[in-house]
Amino acid sequence: MTLSNLSDKPIGVIGAGSFGTAIANIVAINRPVWLYARDEKVVAHMQTTAENRGQKLHPNVTITNDLPLLARTCDIIFPMVPSASFRTMMKGLAPYLHPYHILIHGTKGLDIQLPEGETLQSISSLNRSQVKTMSEVIREESVVVRIGCLAGPNLAKELAQRQPGATVIASKFQEVIQIGKRLLRNDRFQVYENSDIVGVEIAGVLKNIIAIASGALSGLGYGENAKGLLISRGAVEMVYLGRALGGEVKSFLGVAGIGDLVTTCNSPMSRNFTVGYRLAKGENLPQILASMEEVAEGVNTIQIAKKCADYYKVRALVTDRLYKVLFEGMTIQDALEFLMRFPLSADIDFI
Amino acid sequence: MEILEEKKNKNRKYTPILDGISDWPVYQLSKNRKEFVEEVAQKSLERVLELRPTRKQLIDELEATVYREQNRIKRNRWRVDPKDEGRFWSGIKNELVELSAHQDDSSDKPRELTRLIVQRYAGEIAGNFKPNSYRVTRAVVKFWFTRLLNGARVKKFGAFFRNRYTLRDKIHIVGKVKMLRKLAKQGTVVMVPTHFSNLDSILIGWVIHSLGLPAFIYGAGLNLFNIKIFAYFMNSLGAYKVDRRKKNLPYLETLKMYSNLAIQKGAHSLFFPGGTRSRSGLIEKQLKLGLLSTAVEAQRNLYLESNAPDVRKIFIVPVTLNYHFVLEAPDLIEDYLQVKGQDRYFPEQDNYGSFQLIKFLFKFFTKGSSISVSIGTGLDVMGNYVDEDGNSLDAQGRPVQTRDYFVSNGTVAIDRQREDEYTRMLSQKIVQEYHRINRVFASHIAAFVAFEMWQKKHPKLDLFSLLRLPEEDLELDYQEFRETFKRVRKQVYRLKDERKVNHATHLKGELDLSIKRGLENVGIFHLKRPLLRNKKGNIVTQDLSTLYYYHNRLVGYDLEQFI
Repeated sequence: MTLSNLSDKPIGVIGAGSFGTAIANIVAINRPVWLYARDEKVVAHMQTTAENRGQKLHPNVTITNDLPLLARTCDIIFPMVPSASFRTMMKGLAPYLHPYHILIHGTKGLDIQLPEGETLQSISSLNRSQVKTMSEVIREESVVVRIGCLAGPNLAKELAQRQPGATVIASKFQEVIQIGKRLLRNDRFQVYENSDIVGVEIAGVLKNIIAIASGALSGLGYGENAKGLLISRGAVEMVYLGRALGGEVKSFLGVAGIGDLVTTCNSPMSRNFTVGYRLAKGENLPQILASMEEVAEGVNTIQIAKKCADYYKVRALVTDRLYKVLFEGMTIQDALEFLMRFPLSADIDFI
Repeated sequence: MEILEEKKNKNRKYTPILDGISDWPVYQLSKNRKEFVEEVAQKSLERVLELRPTRKQLIDELEATVYREQNRIKRNRWRVDPKDEGRFWSGIKNELVELSAHQDDSSDKPRELTRLIVQRYAGEIAGNFKPNSYRVTRAVVKFWFTRLLNGARVKKFGAFFRNRYTLRDKIHIVGKVKMLRKLAKQGTVVMVPTHFSNLDSILIGWVIHSLGLPAFIYGAGLNLFNIKIFAYFMNSLGAYKVDRRKKNLPYLETLKMYSNLAIQKGAHSLFFPGGTRSRSGLIEKQLKLGLLSTAVEAQRNLYLESNAPDVRKIFIVPVTLNYHFVLEAPDLIEDYLQVKGQDRYFPEQDNYGSFQLIKFLFKFFTKGSSISVSIGTGLDVMGNYVDEDGNSLDAQGRPVQTRDYFVSNGTVAIDRQREDEYTRMLSQKIVQEYHRINRVFASHIAAFVAFEMWQKKHPKLDLFSLLRLPEEDLELDYQEFRETFKRVRKQVYRLKDERKVNHATHLKGELDLSIKRGLENVGIFHLKRPLLRNKKGNIVTQDLSTLYYYHNRLVGYDLEQFI
């Protein structure tokens, strides 16, 4: 399938966060784009200034506040909303979707469905019937089956500056991968293919845990050896957890796995990194969260991953220690000491 | 042995949905058999050429096919194989040798050879539905079954000729019968039952007839045609032949094309998507996608051919067959244990000839032990539930257009990779439905509980070491067994409330009676009984492997934690 026989319908992007805006701009190089924002003030701001979150909007981008109209107008939609509001957004969108729609999401996060009266803190373990990736949420809430996902080292700021970068587009459907590639690829943006969508989604989530650990090492004043150790062992832990949650090993070794992991562990500006850094400086979680505008995704991810690891009996040492630091009052120093003393032998045992 | 009655059977007789046999799609197919076989061959040829586009690829494929076929003839010949096979394949081989001798030859030869091969295959596969023999079979089966039932159950002179009991008292059909009948009137039904026993084929044939549905075409393993009595039944029921020894590309494509075209022409079809009988006794977890994909493809072709809103829809109907007893269980589980962990070829052996089968049928009809057949809710080819009018519904109950799944850029398109994925999704849905409509019998719980208790008492032993324990050493205290049975039964009730499983009505009621039913019926006719009570009243086994087989029926519901 070539771009020329893609119909001329505009491409939809839902969510005008920094990543959503960046993707809208990239697609707009090739095609007309409709960008949806929920907040009317944001819509008005974009319409008057042709700019959002410090990014100038491409002239091909049309701003809208009308979700049903967007679904009717666009066959191909990129949902780019935070995981916490993803299901709600899908519930609102689903009545207007048809099986011919193609959804390619770029949300790194998990959806949790808990029994009545339980919270993420109180529940003792979690399994895959309670933890869903975004593609699974799309399947549950709508009739759309042609689903894809974007993941990889995609810092919105660098994308906006047209620095070189890459992404993975994952889908069970070649059709979706090819369309995604045609829409996103340009001379500054490389696009790789993967058929293991769940693995790619999970890789994008789990790396947040290691990012917090990376911030913590940095906060303790350690250097590059420690970081090298963390990233390589962190990758192994992601493989263990990812396998238990239904991903394939190879997805964790690619752009969405190692690629994203290295980027995140080296970006001191990210929220996850900051949480770890401040923990190491002696603050506790409530203090840190009180002073942050948005929740660092990694804090939730640690709870989910820890409880899944318990359920599936996976050894996830870094996750487990971070959980103890965040929620059970262990100090970062003790956690590190535990990890350094833990008797381990095999470097890699999953290939 | 006492006959264990189900609750008063509500099964009634259904009137046929089509009046005469001449209206049946399967009859139309067989009337035009020659043309149909020719069409299958033609389209299969096209498909093979599409898959092997270059001359070299095609010749390689043909050489591989000939090699395998000659090997099969040498090593594994069956009674049903045509006599001229040897000659045919050596003929093809000679032609191929000649081709390779003349490298510069660019004639149409490879194509012609492929045509010969697929034509031969299409002829082999094609069923031979004959209305007269169908009627005879139907009458014979009904007559003898009724005689057997009445003769055995009413102990009075002359009972033999009464009609007090019919097969419907023996085989319980539950579930979405009305829906199935309605769907069969407005679309094409593809029925996909679980497969545990060779008896399934006959049983399902009877079920289809007794629900008033026209005969279905179905792919029956060619090995069944080795048994003469089966061959007669099959031929008259509209079966086409699936030869699992033949794994070559031209054969598989021809087989799929046969099913595909028959479905497109509106012939209700049936296949066992597990591919072969479940060796382990587990409900199928992994389905064979080949034949299933023909339903998806047929539906796409129907949409491709017409833009009308009333394109004939294809409905997938999962069915589970529930037995207390599977004739072949000891051999099946033997097979399974032998190859577990290694992906070896299952030899298709049938240790049961016509005589054993009749003996079994006699026991079956004279000695209780009922069978139940659960009909699931209809699905479209995407695995969406449909309502009684055949409209597809999404999980929220909103209508869905099945056509839209095949649409790219506003038009219906062929995308084989996409359809492979759709087939996989459909198969997952079918497996899920199997578990949901599966009917738990008291005997299933008894087998499950006993085996799991023994496993728990020997936590250090793996499966194989456990099975090697001498049967004399295994004994369960009745009280302990009773308590566990009670817990598991309660859990089954809970799962039923959550609509995750179904159970037979006989399961309910007084606990000891339920257990008694269970114990008496587990593998009721095996020489060595999987479960018994000894003189002390405790639970013992004579055949742990077979017990394992029956136990497997309830694996997959997370019931282990209640042992």
